[in-house]
Amino acid sequence: MVFIIPELAFGWIIPEIIIAICAVFLLLLAAFFGKKQDIGKLSGVISLIGAGLALAFTCSMWDANTNIFNSLYTIDNFGTFFKATALIVSLLVTLLSLRYVEREDMIKGEYYSLLLFSVLGMMIMVSSNHFITIFIGLELMSISIYVLCGLLAGNPRSAEASLKYFLLGAFSTAFLLYGMALVYGTTGLLDIREIAGYVLSGAFHLSPMFMVGLALLIVGFGFKTASVPFHMWTPDVYEGAPTSITAFMATGVKAAAFGAFLRVFYTAFAPFLEGWSGILWLIAVLTMTLGNITALVQDNIKRMLAYSSIAHAGYILIAFTIGDKTFSSSILYYVLAYTFMNIGAFAVVILLGQKDAENTGIESYAGLAGRHPAIALSMTIFLLSLAGVPPLAGFMGKFYVLSAAIKAKYYWLAVIGVLNSAVAAYYYLRVIMHMYFREPTEELGRPEFSPAYAAVIIVCVWALLHMGIFPRDFLLIAQKSVSIFMQ
Amino acid sequence: MIGALCALDLVLFYIFWELMLVPMYFLIGVWGGPRRIYAAIKFFLFTMVGSVLMLLAILALYFHYNGETGIYTFNILELYKANIPLVKQYWLFAAFALSFAIKVPMFPFHTWLPDAHTEAPTAGSVILAGVLLKMGTYGFIRFAIPLFPAAAFAAVPIISWLAIVGIIYGAIMCIMQTDLKRLVAYSSVSHLGYVMLGIFAFNMQGLEGGIYQMLNHGISTGGLFLIVGMIYERRHTRMIADFGGLSKVMPRLAAFFMIVTLSSIALPGTNGFVGEFLILLGAFRSNMLYGVLAATGVILGAVYMLWMFQRVMFGQITKEENRKLLDLTKRETAILCAIVFFVFLMGMYPKPFFKKMDASAENYLHCLQMKNFSSYSPGGSMQIKQAEAK
Repeated sequence: MVFIIPELAFGWIIPEIIIAICAVFLLLLAAFFGKKQDIGKLSGVISLIGAGLALAFTCSMWDANTNIFNSLYTIDNFGTFFKATALIVSLLVTLLSLRYVEREDMIKGEYYSLLLFSVLGMMIMVSSNHFITIFIGLELMSISIYVLCGLLAGNPRSAEASLKYFLLGAFSTAFLLYGMALVYGTTGLLDIREIAGYVLSGAFHLSPMFMVGLALLIVGFGFKTASVPFHMWTPDVYEGAPTSITAFMATGVKAAAFGAFLRVFYTAFAPFLEGWSGILWLIAVLTMTLGNITALVQDNIKRMLAYSSIAHAGYILIAFTIGDKTFSSSILYYVLAYTFMNIGAFAVVILLGQKDAENTGIESYAGLAGRHPAIALSMTIFLLSLAGVPPLAGFMGKFYVLSAAIKAKYYWLAVIGVLNSAVAAYYYLRVIMHMYFREPTEELGRPEFSPAYAAVIIVCVWALLHMGIFPRDFLLIAQKSVSIFMQ
Repeated sequence: MIGALCALDLVLFYIFWELMLVPMYFLIGVWGGPRRIYAAIKFFLFTMVGSVLMLLAILALYFHYNGETGIYTFNILELYKANIPLVKQYWLFAAFALSFAIKVPMFPFHTWLPDAHTEAPTAGSVILAGVLLKMGTYGFIRFAIPLFPAAAFAAVPIISWLAIVGIIYGAIMCIMQTDLKRLVAYSSVSHLGYVMLGIFAFNMQGLEGGIYQMLNHGISTGGLFLIVGMIYERRHTRMIADFGGLSKVMPRLAAFFMIVTLSSIALPGTNGFVGEFLILLGAFRSNMLYGVLAATGVILGAVYMLWMFQRVMFGQITKEENRKLLDLTKRETAILCAIVFFVFLMGMYPKPFFKKMDASAENYLHCLQMKNFSSYSPGGSMQIKQAEAK
């Protein structure tokens, strides 16, 4: 028996190693010094440095294309794109957390450590063509997030969010795993590229078991991307969780889940496009419509943003449904644009909150423009971008997604999509209306302003404007990333 | 706005088109009247619904043209050449037309206009009347009709009837109004009905009249809004019933008001007459019935404007507050003088304006007919190509 020693290719996973080391180090730091000293600031700075380093290494791997560890792990542009997105999210969220964690008196060391572990999960999940690795990444990400949701000590809503997410998440993970098992059962393969090759070869017979497996995978990924009808957890969890974690879930988790979803379906199951695109068509329509219509009546900004994030998953699914490999770049563009506008919006929500008073009711925003014109202006930019008003990134994202739909002659899907975005404009405008046209009804107290918040907000505003006015560079990057599907 | 007018690239046009909404939204919302929030949101949503459908149509056109020629372009000068099958033309034209019709606004999509106008500050109303509404008609002339000529010809009856309903309905609504600004707003609906009727008459007179009337409407309705705004500043009410006999205390304002009102009624010698006359001429030439019905709108127009003028300006001074009102300041006089100058210039000596328009309008109609002919009969396009080759 020949035992093959795997090629030692640790050079390719330096970013992952950095994140892992930082996370473990922070955990130990908290265990040894957490009781005696305040390590919040230090932990935050360490995770910032770690994520920044990892981001630099990740970017340097652009255009590399290799399989390592017996094809369990893959480095390609697609993975690099999503890894970079996850790291950017973690950087921004960590910046937001610096003050927020102090204010809400959360358990500090573990907070940053779990955040990094979850980022590590995302990075693993999006850069593998192997079901097992994808699953491990997904679990690592999810379990860290379950805990993070409950870190608001003494807040019953936070505990509820954590428990709810854990129970439903465990359930959905089971679906996902079962789906993978069924696909494995029919094909005997776990590598999605090999599955694709096998499916196209003559030896394969389409069996109900395979299709059931495929459907279960849709359920599993649908849960993580918060698509209707697997969205039930989203509003409660988003509302109850600490706001910084909500921002993290709405952007990072969603991006990573879409990344893995896209990779699995566009590689392994591309030959069965007709089979699943019908299902996804329906899911996309339901997701957009339900998300937007429910968001119309929300008076809590966090809850409204939760429903809006459901609706945005629906827009992304429009491009997903079409199955056009070239145009799947629009998904990547949209995910990136969505990341910036959502983190920006949540940053403003955090900024306006106080200890024991989150101020997330829409009335709290009344007259904001008079008191804090800069904050109101940046919130307006984020909301208009979410609503898809040119020339912001949100518009360009929608534009590319709709182009994909029209190109593939999915006219009705596109019409439903744009009508939805008109509905969505109402609830985003409602917040703007409160900020600019209403007199303040309650005294909010001074927001604790810090350079970290300002940095996040400025970065997001800049990114939205840049991506909206000069979308070309970003689109090229996205197109290069999806070129892996073309092979 | 200027960006939207200059853009020959459809996406760029769309971006500017949407961009106009945001400042207008804030203009109405921040400085508007008591129901401003409702008006601002209504305005934004109405126009948004129309424009997103237009975006889809733009994309559909883009990919269609690519399928036909293999070139990806948003340049409308290129897209004019596209040969689109009829059914597709209907859909695309419907999407464009809906978007522009909401902006114009044509009956039955006009309901946002009175609210927006009434609640907007004076400056907002003037911009709205003078420029924003023109975007809709401009869109029809520039994009919807030349891109989809066959569908546009097919839609002539529908749009003409809607325009006529708009003319008469707007006029009748004006008679009923108790609020000065709302009255002027409804008169806009009526006036823009004329513009649409003129454009869709598809002949020289109608088209030129339509374009001319667009200018006129900007001047006279803009003037009316300014005057109403001036009165409002003094009295803080716009209810017609609160006035009466103002000409005794404000003779100068009354004189200007009279001139602008008459221009809005289209009395010969003022600018309104030239435009409306041409439109009616065009309408009669294309369809007798349209012309007759539209002409009744002129009568109704005279009724509501003069009746309003009479109630506000003449008669006894019924309210004590009105006795002390100041007449126009120098600044206000200067503004109104400019407007009156144009009213008479365009009314008495329209030639320079038409000279500019003649060539382009003629060329436009010529292209339209050629293209329409070609898209109806496949043989036609061959002949034209041969002609071009020669």
